[in-house]
Amino acid sequence: MRKFIIKRLLLSVVILFFVALIIYALMRCLPTSYIESIARQKSMQPGSKTFDEWMQQLSATYGMDKGIIAGFFSWLGKALTGNFGDSWFYTEPVLQVFNRTVWLSFIMGGIAFIFEIIIAIPLGIIAATKQYSKTDYTVSVIALAGISLPTFFFAALLKLLFSVKLGWFELFGLVGRNHQQLSSFGQFLDKAHHLVLPIVTLVVISIGGLMRYTRTNMLEVLNADYIRTARAKGVSEHKVIYKHAFRNTLIPLVTIIGGSLPGLFSGALITETLYSIPGIGYTSYNAMVGGDIPFSMFYLTFIAVLTLIGNLIADILYAVVDPRVRIS
Amino acid sequence: MSKKPEKNNKLKNSASEKNEQQYSLNDDRRVKVLSPGALVAKRFFRNRMAMVGLIILIAMFAFSFIGGLISPYSEAQLFYRTDILEKEYASAIVNTEFRYLTADGQEFPSVVQAKMILAVNQNLPECEYDGITYTVTKEGEDLYSVSLADGTLIGIGYKDIFNSNTSDKLPFGLVFEALKAYTNELDTFIYEDVEYSIDIDGTVANAEGELGYISRYFVQALMPDVFLSREFKEDLYETLENGSDEFKFTDADGVEYDYTLYYNAASKKYTIKQGTESRVYDTYASPSSKHWLGTDRNGMDMLTRLMYGGRVSLLIGFIVEFIATFIGVILGGISGYFGGWVDNLIMRIVDIFYCIPSMPIIIILGAAMDAMSVDPKLRMIYLMLILGFLGWPGLARMVRGQILSLREQEFMTATEACGVRVSRRIYKHLIPNVIPQLIVSCTMGLGSTIITESTLSFLGLGVRFPFASWGNIINDVKDTFVLMNYWFIWIPAGALLLITVLAFNIVGDGLRDAFDPKMKR
Repeated sequence: MRKFIIKRLLLSVVILFFVALIIYALMRCLPTSYIESIARQKSMQPGSKTFDEWMQQLSATYGMDKGIIAGFFSWLGKALTGNFGDSWFYTEPVLQVFNRTVWLSFIMGGIAFIFEIIIAIPLGIIAATKQYSKTDYTVSVIALAGISLPTFFFAALLKLLFSVKLGWFELFGLVGRNHQQLSSFGQFLDKAHHLVLPIVTLVVISIGGLMRYTRTNMLEVLNADYIRTARAKGVSEHKVIYKHAFRNTLIPLVTIIGGSLPGLFSGALITETLYSIPGIGYTSYNAMVGGDIPFSMFYLTFIAVLTLIGNLIADILYAVVDPRVRIS
Repeated sequence: MSKKPEKNNKLKNSASEKNEQQYSLNDDRRVKVLSPGALVAKRFFRNRMAMVGLIILIAMFAFSFIGGLISPYSEAQLFYRTDILEKEYASAIVNTEFRYLTADGQEFPSVVQAKMILAVNQNLPECEYDGITYTVTKEGEDLYSVSLADGTLIGIGYKDIFNSNTSDKLPFGLVFEALKAYTNELDTFIYEDVEYSIDIDGTVANAEGELGYISRYFVQALMPDVFLSREFKEDLYETLENGSDEFKFTDADGVEYDYTLYYNAASKKYTIKQGTESRVYDTYASPSSKHWLGTDRNGMDMLTRLMYGGRVSLLIGFIVEFIATFIGVILGGISGYFGGWVDNLIMRIVDIFYCIPSMPIIIILGAAMDAMSVDPKLRMIYLMLILGFLGWPGLARMVRGQILSLREQEFMTATEACGVRVSRRIYKHLIPNVIPQLIVSCTMGLGSTIITESTLSFLGLGVRFPFASWGNIINDVKDTFVLMNYWFIWIPAGALLLITVLAFNIVGDGLRDAFDPKMKR
């Protein structure tokens, strides 16, 4: 087991190295960047240096005058010591921006994830136990609709219904206009109130996948031989489903849930942008659109790390939960 | 299932019973033979939900590809409407203040003018200033003359204004006489042995012609380079007298304009606005018989935009999926068939690509293309290439997995024994066995590609104007005003998007069930 984990970890490091290299090369190849627009602005000022001179000076300041490979290794060297540089867009250390925004995303994602599990798994199991019934069809169609719903369209519908027509929630942002005047508990409630619609969006959009996954796995388990044996023994249907089948369905579910835990830190890029929630997703969207190389580099590498950790957790959990799986 | 298929089966059974009489028991013709493909098709067509999905898809393709041909409008055809733009043309003020005119060779100091008003207000016949007493005589309504004790007229206070037709200064006496005649509603008056006539409109004329006119209103042009003609002013006065607030006037060039009067109570001023008809883009027009779904922000027909948008969205979906499948099948096939270090290398590449976060990368590239202002058509092609190139790793993994298990089977040993070429073995014998899974994953992938594309277009980083895509049509909803007021701008596009993706997923599901022989029905 330990050997397996170490091997996977080493492999992950190699993969991460190449991913970071590709991302860095891509970012550096972009023909227009933040530096150029700054240089253009500065050279427009009366009595200023020419554009080329500004470009040279700014490139040197931002460490962009080196070649791609040399630049990458200098970035890597700094990154390994935890120094990701200063964000150009936010003019703050990258890690500071990250630390300021990531927890909001994590809380939002976490709450949505809990709701998702609470709703999707029971529905998936009920649908599987009553295959081809009306419940099954309803659940399947809802799950498919959830997968097929474009986030931005659903968010617009929610806004129209709950913000415009009913006036229950606000259209954008995390805090209301009178946020500063509220007590600390009031501020908490204000934020919670603003997070309702984004969380609903996240839950509805992501619920379909888990629901289908649960249903498929439960169906597979229900068709297994040991279930037939249990039924043949005369075990009550309730016991067959919730003791024999459900426990076995949990194996892939635990794996997939464990694997998606790191993803909670990556933020919901689209949803946060749609609702202007200042989490890591919206923050990095602005940075990426603004051509902020240090922050984008950090964010992309961070997501790659999260994906790798997620895969690793899923693999390990699979081996831990299911005694039949032997690691070779 | 419902009763209908049973009925059909009964009919078929009775038919086959008749046939049985003609064929002997072991006759081959008694056995209905179905190829595996036909079996799959049969299973698929029996799945009612999948059929609904298929019909939706066919309808959507017809809508997008044929609809664009049928529609009377083209993709980027602009529509105009005539709108009346009101420009401030002139202003009219009712003169409520006294104006003063000094008699020739006399002095009429402003203090005396003020004293005169006091006297008028208090109904006194005279006023006094600096030890001199002035006589104030009421000559008519709002017309007073001021004279010294010896009867010398020094000036008048009046409210009706004499507008001279010439720029020459009119003699004081003439003005005074004219005003006196006008306020007392006389038709004629005599000044220096000449008879002048004055009509109801206040036009003053003598035998030689018009001199000018008298009116209580003070009219000024507000637009530069505009001379207000006498006829215009007369029409205006008439309108003001009638108390109506609009009139038409044909100017010297024979062009008729609508004029609207606006009264500002605070400044007691009438503003006359000239309405000129101008052609503007017919933006956000409500659904009508001409435009079934209204028009969009640019004044283009919404329904036609939706058709062309569907074309773009579907085409992008197909091309992206084709690119991804092409790369995925080749790399996955090689990897699965050869195994060993080739497999290891390709799988590590797949791992790397799997780890690259695609959405942020596409956003960054989209923003970069924005900065470079790439041509919208070229941009669409880049978008397809990027999406396709980022989409293959999952497919490669799937193909490899399938091939790994397939290559151990007997038929592969047989091809080896027959000496079939390697490329032929992979692409003729292995890949066809993967095709069912490929079709399923492509169908499902199409849906998600369309969502990705539309999300990008929605964010303004995908397909750009003048091309339509369902995503960039909904883009308008970012404007809260559109969200609140113009449902027809974004709901139809969103609904089409949802239905299409749903249909792709349903059909994909149906295909998987149909391909899976283990499925019991």
